[in-house]
Formats: sequence, structure tokens, C-alpha cells
Amino acid sequence: MSSTISLKTEFVKGIWKENPVMASLLGLCPALAVTNAAMNGLAMGLATTFVLLSSSLMISALRNFIPHQVRIAGYIVIIATFVTVADRFLAAYLPVISASLGPYIPLIVVNCLILGRQEAFSSRNGIGRSLLDSLGMGLGFILVLVVLGIIREILGSGSIFGVAILGDWFTPWMIMILPPGAFLTLGILIALANWYNDTSRSKDGGVVS
Amino acid sequence: MSKMSLSTRMILVLTLITVLSGGILAGWDLVTKPKIAFHRLEALKTAIGDVLPAHDTYTSEETEFGTLYIATRDSSDDPIGFAFMAVGSGFQGELRIMVGLTPDMTQLTGIKVLEQIETPGLGTKIVVDPSNKQDPYWFPAQFVGIHVSPEIVAIKNVKPTHNNEVQGITGATISSIAVTNILNKQIADIQKAWASKGGPES
Repeated sequence: MSSTISLKTEFVKGIWKENPVMASLLGLCPALAVTNAAMNGLAMGLATTFVLLSSSLMISALRNFIPHQVRIAGYIVIIATFVTVADRFLAAYLPVISASLGPYIPLIVVNCLILGRQEAFSSRNGIGRSLLDSLGMGLGFILVLVVLGIIREILGSGSIFGVAILGDWFTPWMIMILPPGAFLTLGILIALANWYNDTSRSKDGGVVS
Repeated sequence: MSKMSLSTRMILVLTLITVLSGGILAGWDLVTKPKIAFHRLEALKTAIGDVLPAHDTYTSEETEFGTLYIATRDSSDDPIGFAFMAVGSGFQGELRIMVGLTPDMTQLTGIKVLEQIETPGLGTKIVVDPSNKQDPYWFPAQFVGIHVSPEIVAIKNVKPTHNNEVQGITGATISSIAVTNILNKQIADIQKAWASKGGPES
């Protein structure tokens, strides 16, 4: 059904045009909760992308076997399996990151970005397309989380990826590492993205795509 | 597949998925379990090492108020200090504090807050205070040598003058008092538990 759309488009759409956080406002809970430092954002983005890719692989491969009536139950079991795999992996090999992300890794199970992609895409497309879609969405998610993390970490702690870059003169803005800082930063980023999209569209001759 | 009734198919597919999932998780658990246990033990050892004076080994003793870690040197069986995990409510959530005590359990040898979700920048000073560049660990450090009797007190605005007083954190009074309350309650408990097991004399 979607064979008219090029493979490149399937991949690229998740990074900007249909970015899960910026355009669809999916996965906001982790995007707001863990981005008080760039490293946490990157780790959460990578873990989510891993879950997204593995779940898409399984679900697109099994799409013709799973009866429609029990598909959500099936998807959730598959997603929860890979989330647990990711959680145990971090606890076993990256204990510091695992400790700083705390309960947010297990909560990837209820990230609507993942279930949303399975329901909207992987359950209707082949393995190749589903993986490309997931990879694009995952990269888009990582991009937003890392940008949010960098902005909040610079202003809230004066550092990037834990490396202090602002000197003693800088008084950290405590609000940036608190929840309100996440809402403010994300709101401004989404406003800027929409403003950019609007202006570039009107330059194209006002064609709304 | 098409001959099967829908209910049979639903049951079959969901069963297969869950069995597959269980298999993957059981296998992955075998791989990661020893590593995770190793990290937990390392974290525990580090925390005990941080709150007690230098020791060669420690043994653990189960009491009704949790596990008591008894540190000794190789040269003698006499304990050189006790450590235990104190758990209680902070300002926003649970605090887990490793507490070190002298062999007679009357003075603290150190505390380390291992888990907390206090307000960043204020309550988190119970762990580390990045705004105090000379001495970021001033809050936990002042518990070293503090007398636990009659009780540990966090005071405000004035410098501590008694050997059971520590300076509270400005802007995080509740977090500061939460720490002393947890310590007072649970040090008393652990003293009782140890006394009932033969006391500090044994």
C-alpha cells in the first residue's frame, strides 16, 4: 500500500517532518523527564531506539500471524520484552547510567512513540520498511533528547556531557534542571521548528504539503 | 491456520509470543545477573568503605532492623566500626543512607546518601553541593565524629557548638531534618538490635 513512497522518505520523515517529539508530540514523558543532562538524553534515546527497532522487526515479521483482536496485547508483550532486555543491559554494563535514569528505562514500555509506530506502521509494512521507519523515528527522538539535554545542561549546570565549559562566574539556572525547565525548553524548540517550517513553506510559494 | 477457529488462533499466537518472550528474558537474565549482582556488591563495599575507617574485611549480621555490617581488621576480631543502611522519607521520596558508627555506637564515623530524589540544587546538597566550590561535601562531612546521644540536631543560621549538632542546609531545612530524623530513629533501633544480640561488648 505504501510502496509508492520511496525508502529514503520512510527513513528521513522521522528526523524532521514527522519527528516523534517535535511534530507528533509523542514520547514526551521521557523527553521531559530525563533531559536534565545531555548524557541522560543520549542514553534514553539509544535505549528507546533499540526497543523501537527490535519491536518493529518482530512485529512486522509476525504481522500476518497476529490476529487483529489481540494485536495490542501481543505488541505490548514484545515491547516489554525488549525494554527489559535494555534495562538489564544498562544495569549490567553501564551501572552509572542505569542509576541516573532510574525508573525511566522500564517506563519505555508505555512510551506511546513505540506502540504508535507498531500500530501505525510496522503492523502494515514489511520488515525492511519498518526498520527504516523505526531507525528514522529513533534518530529523530535521539536528536531532540540530546538537543534538549545540551541546552538544559549548559544553562542548568554549566557543562556539556559532564564537562564543565562555563567558568566560576556562571550561576547555574536551577530551573533548567527542574521539570519547568524541560517544558520551557521544549516549548521554545517546538515554536522555533514550526516558525521555520512556516517561513520555508511560504518561500516555496505557499504550498502546504 | 484458516481451519483454526479465531479463539484458538488468538490463544495460540499469544501463548507463542509470551513463551518466546519468557525464553529471551530467561536467557538474558542468565547473562546479566552475575554482572548486576557484582555491581550491587561493589556499590555496597564502596559505601561501607566511605563511612567507616580503613578496615580489612566486614561481615554482615541480620537484625530485626536490617543488615548490620561489622568491619574488622585482620589482626583482631574486635570490630572497628559498624555500618548499616538507614532508609526513610526525605522531602520528596525515600532516602537511603549508609551510616558508619564507632564500635561503641556512640559516634558517627561518616554518612553517605546513596539514593535520594530531593530538589535539585537545594535538597541534593545532602549528597554534594556544587555551589560550594571549596568544600562541596560539607554537609555529609560534618557528621564525622558527631555524637548520637541524646540526638543529632540540625541547627539553622548559627554555627554548631555542641558535639551533637550539625549545620542545616539553607533552603532545604526539611531535607536536612529528614537526614537527622532518619539517623536518630534508626541508630537507636540498631543499637537495640545489637544489644539484644549480645551487645557492643561481645
